[in-house]
Amino acid sequence: MNIGPIWRAMLRHKAGFVLIALQVAVTLTIMVNAFGIIQERSGKIDRPSGMDEENSFALASVLFADYEREQRKVLIDEDLALIRSTPGVINAVATNSFPLRQGGWSMSLSLEPGNQTPESVSSAIYFVDEHGAETFAVDIIDGRNFTPEQVAWSVEDDDTWPAYVIITEALGAELWPDATGSYVGKTFFINDNDPMQVVGVADTLQAPWQSWTGVERSALVPQRRPSEFVRYVVRAEPGMRDELMPEIEAMLAESNKDRIIRDVTTMVDVRELAYLGDAALIKMLGFIVIMLTIITSLGIVGLTSFNVSRRTRQIGIRRALGATRPDIIRYFLVENTIVSACGLIAGSALAIALNVAMVEAFALEPLAWYVIPAGALALWLVGQLAVAGPARRASRITPAIATRSS
Amino acid sequence: MLRYYLKLGALSIKANWALSTLMVAAIAMGIGACMTIVTVRHVMADNPIEHKNDRLFHVQLDSWNPNEPYEEPNEPPEQVTYLDATALLDAGRAHRQVISFKSSRVVQPDGEGVLPFQEEVRATSADFFAMFDVPFRYGAGWDAAADRGEERVVVLSSAINEQLFGGEDSTGRMLTLNKQTFRIVGVLDEWNPIPTFYDLNNNPFEGPEAIYAPFSTAVSGEWGSAGNNSCWKPPEEGSYEGYLASECIWIQMWVELPTRPEKRMYQQFLDDYVMEQKTLGRFPRELNNRLSTPAEWLVNREVVDDTVSVLLSLAVLFLVVCLLNAVGLLLAKVIRRTSDISLRRALGASKGELFKQYIVEAGMIGVAGGVLGVGLTWLGLRGVENLFSRYEFIDSLVTMDWQMIGLAVVLAIVSSLGAALYPTWRAASMSPATTLRIQ
Repeated sequence: MNIGPIWRAMLRHKAGFVLIALQVAVTLTIMVNAFGIIQERSGKIDRPSGMDEENSFALASVLFADYEREQRKVLIDEDLALIRSTPGVINAVATNSFPLRQGGWSMSLSLEPGNQTPESVSSAIYFVDEHGAETFAVDIIDGRNFTPEQVAWSVEDDDTWPAYVIITEALGAELWPDATGSYVGKTFFINDNDPMQVVGVADTLQAPWQSWTGVERSALVPQRRPSEFVRYVVRAEPGMRDELMPEIEAMLAESNKDRIIRDVTTMVDVRELAYLGDAALIKMLGFIVIMLTIITSLGIVGLTSFNVSRRTRQIGIRRALGATRPDIIRYFLVENTIVSACGLIAGSALAIALNVAMVEAFALEPLAWYVIPAGALALWLVGQLAVAGPARRASRITPAIATRSS
Repeated sequence: MLRYYLKLGALSIKANWALSTLMVAAIAMGIGACMTIVTVRHVMADNPIEHKNDRLFHVQLDSWNPNEPYEEPNEPPEQVTYLDATALLDAGRAHRQVISFKSSRVVQPDGEGVLPFQEEVRATSADFFAMFDVPFRYGAGWDAAADRGEERVVVLSSAINEQLFGGEDSTGRMLTLNKQTFRIVGVLDEWNPIPTFYDLNNNPFEGPEAIYAPFSTAVSGEWGSAGNNSCWKPPEEGSYEGYLASECIWIQMWVELPTRPEKRMYQQFLDDYVMEQKTLGRFPRELNNRLSTPAEWLVNREVVDDTVSVLLSLAVLFLVVCLLNAVGLLLAKVIRRTSDISLRRALGASKGELFKQYIVEAGMIGVAGGVLGVGLTWLGLRGVENLFSRYEFIDSLVTMDWQMIGLAVVLAIVSSLGAALYPTWRAASMSPATTLRIQ
């Protein structure tokens, strides 16, 4: 097909085509940037927390009577014994927080004793006993779990940290970026001057803050803390969670009336809540992209229909001079391809500019290379589909029209 | 003449029913998407204490680590230590001063079978209510004497008073918190500042606390903070006293300084205080104290989420596409009526008159788009509410006020007139003869 005449015909009615091209350009800009954000967020949502999320749940016990330290220890021991002996429970632990909870404890770790410097690395801290690893479902890929002797209650008015620790692989890599061998046996300092020796390395256990850049860095610390506020994490056998949750809640509430049991929640729910904003953003952007595509294609349909009706006579003459129906359809398809191509080239530049600006302003990730070509291809197809209807109507114009005066 | 143009416009819209509907729909969609995000942002960026913005100041003292700032580039810590909060409160150098923190207590209602529950409590010095214009329904707050005497008194929000006492005047009655009894001295009227400007640490959209108690009473009862707390060096002792004497920051401090000279004097007082503390070996960083108005503080703490700004920029571009669409369709309409226009011009209508005629028509489409856009904004907000239904505070973020409705309509009219400008100009600049000749 000869593009020349089509191009020259377009130049005679520039405005309408320029508008379509602009619309396509801005649509591409929004589309690819929205898609980039969707991709980034869903990548975040897909990261595993390390826990056996399907089968785990958590609850909190808040003591409101004035208990002595020893009494509080007894209560926690009793609670744990009660939970662990319940049929269907794989294991349970008393801790301060868990992945995706969005609230927790972080500490600065460094390789030298003394006050923290910019070189120190921060990590999430989970206080656990020797049941922590199994409850959190972490795989100890190097070294071993805590022995019962390594776990101790914290001592009143003494905030020295335990001498042993299990770290995630990501934390090890951040602390010792140049290490080639195992992290087991290595020592770092916490709370300025307290040494901690690595006894085990866990594959994955996320920190409680899912939007933190260091989310893969966490440490299991073998200390039990007799505080008034305790969180229990329970890992159930597959299929037992929903049955166990109310049972254990009632059991604990019944066993001691000086406390309340609250925040009873499954890990699935904790995850949903943690990523609610990201999931909502994905849906909103998806909606915007769909609406945008509809509006742009309706605009193309509208303008092409208008062009068809304006050119009825010319089309009739072409038909009378021997153009076939496919020729007429092809004419409009090619015309749209030219407009789209102009719009898509401008749109690619605009999309990159917007992406650079957003990366700068909002710390988003830059677009993957294939997003713009893929978006352009999709939009070209949408344009062709939008033109197809009016073009078919144009092809049905009879040659006889040419003989009629307008 | 205007009435005639309105009639002409209506006729033309009717004649091009599909095109006009498409235009109205496109404008409405763009307005709806934009205004949904703008409304959410408007609520998030609100300053609930705007009327006192020039006299309230958030206090920051740089008591942080000598080796690194609290936040890059050189931000002072966002809260103050117990040592500094109480020293500045005792000095009493401002017109009013408030030190407070968020805690939580277990409320044990009277009566059999009512289960105890945990509530958030704000531990604060007495000036809180007067300084932040908190309205009372019954009774009043406590005074400085109650602060000094560590009295066990509380003020309740209207919601928890409704829940516990059926909304009656409960002043003088007792409330049990963690097995200790407190006397209720006041009940608040409806008060729901969003965001909770006085403490932006955790979620500032969840609304204010249900119970208020004296700061001193909370400290003597060894209440912990339920908000943020950060330490750059470990407390020397592990006990609560050790925590109070530490460099940990966990208290929000505000002062009221009605005039500029008073603000200057207070700034000087803070600097003098820090210099004095330096001689005692504290405050290892350079002098970096700051007084921020509520508006400045809201911006500093980035209360408006980045995500909202990203969405807003995409929504604005969305509106641009919708308007380009409308321009294209209007242009098509004008070109289709070339012969009408030429005829009117030939019969003596001036360019100005034709311009008016088509602008009136575009305005009609703009108003229709605006009205429909307000409706779509309402729908959009319901959609946002639905997506975030698990956040209890979402209701307060998705409400439309008259300001927003007005903005939506104005935006619709302005943008549709803007969109109409080029096609209308094309229409008005057609020469009378051209099209007639073709015929």
